[in-house]
Amino acid sequence: MTSNQWLQIIAYFVVLLALAIPLGIYMGKVYENKPLFLSKLFGWLEKLIYKLGGIHPEKEMDWKGYALSMLLFNIVGGLILYAMERFQASLPLNPAGQSAVPPDLAFNTAISFITNTNWQFYGGESTMSYLTQMAGLAVHNFLCAASGMATLVALIRGIVRKETKFLGNFWVDMTRGTLYILLPLSLIFTMILIQQGTPQTFGNTVNASLVQPTSYDQPVTTAAGVPVTVDGKPQMTHVVVTEQPISLGPVASQEAIKMLGTNGGGYFNVNSAHPYENPTPFIDFLELLAILLIPAALCFTFGSMVKDHRQGWAILAAMFLLLAPMLYICVQQEQAGNPLLNKLTMGTHGETLADGNMEGKEVRFGIVNSSLWASITTAASNGSVNAMHDSFTPLGGMVPMWMIMLGEVSFGGVGSGLYGMLAFVILAVFVAGLMVGRTPEYLGKKIQTYEMKMASIMILIPPLLVLVCTAVAVATGGNGTNNPGAHGFSELLYAFDSMSNNNGSAFAGLSATTLYNLMGGAAMWFGRFWLAIPVLAMAGSLAKKKAVPESAGTLPTHTVLFVVMLISTVVIVGALTFFPALALGPIVEHLKMVRM
Amino acid sequence: MFKEIAVQVKNSILFVAVFTVLCGLLYPVGMTLVGQLVFPKQAAGSMIVVGGKTVGSELIGQPFDDPKYFWSRPSATSPFAYNASNSSGSNLGPTNPAFISGIKANVDAARKANPDMAAAPVPMDLVTASASGLDPHISPAAAEYQAARVAKARHLDPAKVEAFIAQNTQGRWLGFIGDPGVNVVKLNLALDELK
Repeated sequence: MTSNQWLQIIAYFVVLLALAIPLGIYMGKVYENKPLFLSKLFGWLEKLIYKLGGIHPEKEMDWKGYALSMLLFNIVGGLILYAMERFQASLPLNPAGQSAVPPDLAFNTAISFITNTNWQFYGGESTMSYLTQMAGLAVHNFLCAASGMATLVALIRGIVRKETKFLGNFWVDMTRGTLYILLPLSLIFTMILIQQGTPQTFGNTVNASLVQPTSYDQPVTTAAGVPVTVDGKPQMTHVVVTEQPISLGPVASQEAIKMLGTNGGGYFNVNSAHPYENPTPFIDFLELLAILLIPAALCFTFGSMVKDHRQGWAILAAMFLLLAPMLYICVQQEQAGNPLLNKLTMGTHGETLADGNMEGKEVRFGIVNSSLWASITTAASNGSVNAMHDSFTPLGGMVPMWMIMLGEVSFGGVGSGLYGMLAFVILAVFVAGLMVGRTPEYLGKKIQTYEMKMASIMILIPPLLVLVCTAVAVATGGNGTNNPGAHGFSELLYAFDSMSNNNGSAFAGLSATTLYNLMGGAAMWFGRFWLAIPVLAMAGSLAKKKAVPESAGTLPTHTVLFVVMLISTVVIVGALTFFPALALGPIVEHLKMVRM
Repeated sequence: MFKEIAVQVKNSILFVAVFTVLCGLLYPVGMTLVGQLVFPKQAAGSMIVVGGKTVGSELIGQPFDDPKYFWSRPSATSPFAYNASNSSGSNLGPTNPAFISGIKANVDAARKANPDMAAAPVPMDLVTASASGLDPHISPAAAEYQAARVAKARHLDPAKVEAFIAQNTQGRWLGFIGDPGVNVVKLNLALDELK
């Protein structure tokens, strides 16, 4: 790595930390219902929402009530979104005349957006109307992020509170999270995006006259769409193109929440690689910050709510240390480039982007920002991309795959990342307890059979989904892959890895089939809610317990020793589960590449 | 239990409705109004207008293959290169034989078009497809690689072409964030204006 690359990465993490600390402490106040500066501005709106929604904010819920609200809310939201996609052709704000989304794709997309996955088996600018994008997809970008944070906050309350069954009110947590955290950040970010060049308009596609006209050969077809052949060869016509159709839309407002809520569903097909979604290096830097901002800040929210900031720091340190070595490998591999191409260009292992693996990358981001993005978008469950992971070098592309395989706990999704990590914390505390022969406890609460069962479900469900779905996809012929051999397998493994863990990034060469749409939809659903329900069950059980006073036998959970325990637990579970699958995909492809 | 579920379903429907109005209508419409008022050019897509005619966007690349123009990077959009209504990368894997032979063809074409640079390595970005298929930039190295060809085709002093490249280069933010890129459409338009 060059000194400039080190500098860019260090600057990124320093600024991230500087922003995450105050935001995290502020978010703690939001969820502890403390008075805020913003509640002077938006307090009336908060009250109005409760009134319109028929909610009694002072009424707290037990874990079952909380879970029921969360589930029903997501089911209702998903059904409405599905209907909006199916009927978009007859709804307003559709200047480009997009037709109804097919049922299997609409199913997949609806689940994708309510589960914070934002997997996209479609190209936005060629599939979705303006209305579906902004009043359907973008609304769920807010709501599923708020829902993830609410679930986490319920778990934290379960840890903090003693001998009660109440965990808070789901509707209040949703409203406050959206109104006081997500919306204000999005408002600011949208304005910066527009200033830098991201469009925000309801105008239709603009046809620009090309500076130099271009042309292409198109197969001739009959009226029924059958290709015409002459002497067995398909007949072609030469089409001259003088105009470039430029798709526009209300992009900036959607881009802001897509980055902040670890959603990642792009307005355009190529996501944040599109010059309109991500116009400049400055915006790229801000979008990178937005990916990890809330997941990192939540560690400080956790610290302030449990009244021990060392606990938040310890978890943040573990998250960072899981990411850092992978980030290094990714940058190093992409800069070293593809030896098969270097042979052709007579290039060397140089230090500029003109020497690295530039297939599927944009010049303004270069090697380092493309690799940084790939690593952190999969560490967090954002899943947006600014480069095509499918065209990364084998080991460079294995990094995002591996970060997802860890279960989206190194930062992870807003809310879901930290509650996933807390499941690993409980497992680590339990393992440590077995070693020294004491009843495990965490932050003054005894960890017993019930908590262990719930944590185990949370840790085992995603790998099960990944491996079963990939196996089914391969056994049914592995259709739709864009590349032959080991790389085709990697495309399938990445797809179900990404969907089961609610990430949403892709080896995007893979095409949708009805099977993938339906199976993937199911994987996203279970990957989200079969984790969220055990979290709430665990929260309910912890809240009922008495506090155990700290004693000499208590394992401190803020020490370097514990951070190492925690990292080892996450890595061992991930490595044992996925090493065989990785050996069949990226590892074998790497060995093939260096010997070709 | 059923009564409880019925109440929660009602709450859910109301809640989705309220937030659809707030986050799905008021927020984007409000941002559009403010955005178009404060930054009208950017909100409409940063279009380049020459003589009353829109000839492209400052942020979206275009295809070139005339020797007198600087060439953009290869683009994987369909059905034609730089289709800004269908952004796409190639998504070809690093060991795919079709990918390697495609790059070989691009390298051969680049060498043939730039005989003055026969001894130099071909800049990687000039022969590989970008992520979006719409990349407006090429690296300074890729511009240097083509400078002699463009100067000859236009009968211009090479130093003048170099100056144009420098003028149309977007540097790193704060001098160290991102990578420098030469805006191909803006550079070619500037050269055309010279006549």
